[in-house]
Amino acid sequence: MADSVRRVMIRAARTLVAGLALMSAIAGLVAILCVVSGYDPLRALDALWRGSLGSRYAVLSATLVRATPLILTGLSVTLAFTAGVMNIGAEGQLLAGATATTAVAMVAGRSPSWLALPLSLVAGGLAGAAWAYIPAWLRRRFGVLEVISTIMMNFVALNLVGYLVRGPLQEPLRIYPQSASFPESTRLPILVGGSRLHLGFGIALTAAAVMWWALRFTAAGFRVRVLGGSPDAARSAALIDAGKTAMRAFLLSGFLAGLAGAVEVTGVTYSLYENLSPGYGYTAIAVALIGSLNPVLTAFSGILFGALEAGASAMQRDAGVPSVLATVVEASVLLLLIGLGAVRAPFSRWRHSRAAKVESRERAPIPEPL
Amino acid sequence: MTDTIGPFLDATIRTATPLALAALGETVVERAGMINIGLEGTIIAGAFGAVVAAALLGAAGALVAAVAAGVLTAIVLGLFIVAMRTDQIVAGTALTLLALGVTGLLYRTTFGTTGVALTIPTAGAVAIPLLASIPVVGRALFAQPVTTYVVYLTVPLLAWWLSRTHAGLSLRAVGENPAAAIAAGISPDRVRWLALLFGGALGGLSGGTLVIAQVGTFAEGMSAGRGFIAIAIVALGRWSPVGVAIAALLFGAASALQFVFQSLGWTLPYQLFLALPYVLTLSALAGVTGRSGPPAALGRR
Repeated sequence: MADSVRRVMIRAARTLVAGLALMSAIAGLVAILCVVSGYDPLRALDALWRGSLGSRYAVLSATLVRATPLILTGLSVTLAFTAGVMNIGAEGQLLAGATATTAVAMVAGRSPSWLALPLSLVAGGLAGAAWAYIPAWLRRRFGVLEVISTIMMNFVALNLVGYLVRGPLQEPLRIYPQSASFPESTRLPILVGGSRLHLGFGIALTAAAVMWWALRFTAAGFRVRVLGGSPDAARSAALIDAGKTAMRAFLLSGFLAGLAGAVEVTGVTYSLYENLSPGYGYTAIAVALIGSLNPVLTAFSGILFGALEAGASAMQRDAGVPSVLATVVEASVLLLLIGLGAVRAPFSRWRHSRAAKVESRERAPIPEPL
Repeated sequence: MTDTIGPFLDATIRTATPLALAALGETVVERAGMINIGLEGTIIAGAFGAVVAAALLGAAGALVAAVAAGVLTAIVLGLFIVAMRTDQIVAGTALTLLALGVTGLLYRTTFGTTGVALTIPTAGAVAIPLLASIPVVGRALFAQPVTTYVVYLTVPLLAWWLSRTHAGLSLRAVGENPAAAIAAGISPDRVRWLALLFGGALGGLSGGTLVIAQVGTFAEGMSAGRGFIAIAIVALGRWSPVGVAIAALLFGAASALQFVFQSLGWTLPYQLFLALPYVLTLSALAGVTGRSGPPAALGRR
């Protein structure tokens, strides 16, 4: 017992050191980029700190609020990648979720909150799963690579939202390209008084904990890990139905991304509009990978990226440094970790053999997970 | 009707040109067994390279700079996926993020945070004598910017090179069976580097085309998903240059449909036209998959 406690503590300490190293690397990168592009690095870092972790208000109302959709989409990617499913479509699934949540909230808004809110959230999750079902089906039935189809679906979703907020879902005055404001009963409660931190953050952390537990201790989680870790072994040992497991993981991954969209509209924006997501679904890939595809670490890396993006907004506001600098830092950190070999994705056997393909045409199971 | 076909074809070719350029480059990359998911980043880098050079060197210099910028992104990618054997999808995703971020940052730093509408010299259409005067289709096909003619030349040359030359066959061997290629005395790494550089050059030129021959300015994220579409076009064209060219035309036509509808006076939500090419690509992919597969070693480290 004492042994396992010590092991957990050693791992926690290692994670802490890695986290601190990562934060220093981020600060260093920000400083270097500022110097290179001619901004005052000290002023920028000061703004970055004050806008992200420097005060209780910044942590609660900026960092954690920004982290919420990153954690949920990060978990979506973590689950898919762990199962060997290359879902690059969290962005589209998030938008589909936000859209369905909006539609349901407008109708259900008159019912009491205990009914309207869960209904709206579940609708968002289901819409995300439905949006993931299309590429999953295309993969299973026709062998279309989900790397490509999920990206295509992202653009379809973006245009769909663009149409809806100027059409059926536009606000009643028909001036702005956005939906009507959400009724009170469909807004997520605030967690900490005097801040903007909403219940969605709790949902995201709960999802992370549940996923960690499920992947580690349940039969379904075991199947997912085996499928992503060694599809051939899984298949030949006839341990699992690869097609069914991959499909379920894909749908659940879509559900989580859809939930991210649902939480964003019910907790932050209270309305649907085109630029709802500044690319959460794409940043999510970096969040998941830096979290080593571990749900708990993904939550931490989501918070780290939330802090970076919240701080970048403050940098733009207070130090005049373009907030797009955050994107450069995120990409550099990811490349740095890839280069160091610290990011090892289970789907590294990314491949698509011809034999698997022919088989998929004839018997139509999900072809070999990528 | 004639006055619809002309503009429709013209718009088809215009939309298809940057897609075809990027997709032809990506075809070579994928035939060598790699996938550049960061093609979007290559294109935006090309666009930015073009806009920076245009003011100093004019339109021709801008295209050269676009190619150079595209090659630069390919070198970054190559360091990871060829030299360090890292996961291709992850490295490519990071490359897209990096290029979108760096170009955005440099643009705001150089041209101000407000993003001044920057106008630069553009390369107009070059009409080919005689061919351009063919009725109806002449101007659409043969009065286009010079990069369109690059596509016209690249397609047959690449098809010939891939199937008829020793170098082309070596490239395909590396993509299908690296072990056999090594046994035949081919260095897969060298082939992959060259393929990546070629893909980067054409991807950069694709971005340069957007700036120099079409938009005439730079905007953050102006590649607007073209890199991802180009990757889909490669799969749609079944990894063959001619197929890829046809797929790019199909995509261009789907985008150009809105001009036909406008001239017919039909009013449909414009987002429908924006989404149509993606939906079409998805359906087409479902239709063609399974006939001939991607290179067997695609994406393997």
